[in-house]
Amino acid sequence: MPCGGARIDLFLAAIVIGITNGAFIALIALGYTLVYGIIELINFSHGDLFMLGTFACLTTLTLLGFATEVGIGGTPWWALLAAMLLAMAFCGTLNVLAERIAYRPLRKAPRLAPLISAIGVSFIYVNLGLLWQGPTPRRFPDLLPQYDFVSQMFGLETLVRFTFKDLFVLGLAIPLMLALAWVIRNTRMGKAMRAVAQDSEMASQMGIDVNRVISFTFLLGGILAGAAGLMYGLYNNNTVFTLGFDAGLKAFTAAVLGGIGNVSGAALGGFVLGLLSAIVITFLGGQWDSVGVFSLLVIILVFKPTGLLGQGASD
Amino acid sequence: MAMLQVENVHTFYGTIEALKGVSLTVEEGEIVTLIGSNGAGKTTTLRTIAGVSHARAGSVALDGEDITNTPANDIVRLGIAHSPEGRRIFAGMTVRENLEMGAFTRTDRTEVDSDYQRVFDLFPRLKERILQRAGTLSGGEQQMLAIGRALMARPKILLLDEPSMGLAPVLVELVFKIIQDINAQGTTVLLVEQNAHMALSIARRGYVIQTGRIVLSDSAQALAKNEMVRKAYLGEA
Ligand SMILES: Nc1ncnc2c1ncn2[C@@H]1O[C@H](COP(=O)(O)OP(=O)(O)O)[C@@H](O)[C@H]1O
Ligand SMILES: [Mg+2]
Repeated sequence: MPCGGARIDLFLAAIVIGITNGAFIALIALGYTLVYGIIELINFSHGDLFMLGTFACLTTLTLLGFATEVGIGGTPWWALLAAMLLAMAFCGTLNVLAERIAYRPLRKAPRLAPLISAIGVSFIYVNLGLLWQGPTPRRFPDLLPQYDFVSQMFGLETLVRFTFKDLFVLGLAIPLMLALAWVIRNTRMGKAMRAVAQDSEMASQMGIDVNRVISFTFLLGGILAGAAGLMYGLYNNNTVFTLGFDAGLKAFTAAVLGGIGNVSGAALGGFVLGLLSAIVITFLGGQWDSVGVFSLLVIILVFKPTGLLGQGASD
Repeated sequence: MAMLQVENVHTFYGTIEALKGVSLTVEEGEIVTLIGSNGAGKTTTLRTIAGVSHARAGSVALDGEDITNTPANDIVRLGIAHSPEGRRIFAGMTVRENLEMGAFTRTDRTEVDSDYQRVFDLFPRLKERILQRAGTLSGGEQQMLAIGRALMARPKILLLDEPSMGLAPVLVELVFKIIQDINAQGTTVLLVEQNAHMALSIARRGYVIQTGRIVLSDSAQALAKNEMVRKAYLGEA
């Protein structure tokens, strides 16, 4: 039984882990919420798109000669940048194609049809992942500087760690989210997105090409999933073709928690879920993680289906 | 040649035939009104012209160009703007952003700026509330925003669907006065109304629609005197 001081240490350590994990979850949750906000589709394949994003990064780094960190002096920033941009382009394009091929033809069909189509796309992604990197977990090279601010900069001896990896993830994820918010708030396309989300028929009467706006929305969601792929890989140093299920479940729960369709809600929900999950894993054990997430999802759906910030307030 | 020519249009909602061969014309510079009771097909007529519903048979032409199957987002570029039934402003966006959406197709920045000025001159209330979320406006202000938003497209022809619905009598007067001003500034107007009295008082010509068919068309003055119109739409015994 740890004494009181250690428990607080443990708690703070869980908070840091939770915030960092929350950042990935938030980026993926945004992909769910953007799409839901605009066409009321739960894009079940989105978690698996993120998985493919980690694979795209891994393949890029391998091709550039950084399959492992062995023998590498410093961090190859240019290679990381190349991997991220490629994964963003790859996931963005794939998401746009999925909408064109699998969802758009069903837009006027009953709501269950595109949902089932999304589950089909999810299967395709998972099997593509299996084909691409095989059935066993793959090591993702540990290329970021090894540095813990808490012990090495401040000389504190605690269980709490805030490493360069945490800084890297937050320093990338938060600006990306702010950029997304800026695009939605200020650009012509962002305003068109909000108009389509509120009343797509009326938006078309403004001269807005609704199909283009929907494609753009899938592009944004895919880009964020691709970026999350690099962050996840460098933070956890592994990936596997089944990664998308767990990530998708958490991100979807986060989106519902924040209020599905609500962009700020998805970001908030991501961080809240990351924290809850880290606390559950720290104090109850990893086996309780999915149980906790599922329970939370059920509780929200029963007691507050509109989420923390309200549904579909698309700004 | 009429600016807008609707010819023998049949429009369906699924299997329900809402328009059973509607024909009407609007000449440049006119205010034309389409009156009829609830469910007659007024809204469907405007929706068919605006391209959000499409005619299964018949044709719609603007300045001689066939637009029967043109999608809504292209129709606004050709010069038709629609202030729909129920206003349908973008409630989560500001007044300013709603007007911006109205000008979405336009690239002539200076002209757009002068149109903001024009809309604010017509509706000073909107200027006071420019940064307010449109959903927080009163019903009358929302109606003004819906009309202003349509004007921001600088249309050749403005389709107005029951602009007086749900408004207090003073506001009704104001809205009709503004429609006349808009028309005097050179915009052609097709006005749908249940308030036939007011509509006929500002229109040059009118059509009466009943269960998807035009049953009468004449000058507004003649319609206002017509026995059937007086009984059915002007509430006279
Ligand atoms: N979305 C819809 N689905 C099915 N029927 C509709 C729909 N909209 C209107 N209708 C029907 O079409 C007919 C004409 O409606 P509408 O054009 O709205 O009439 P008005 O504007 O004159 O009140 C009515 O019988 C109405 O019930
Ligand atoms: Mg109507």
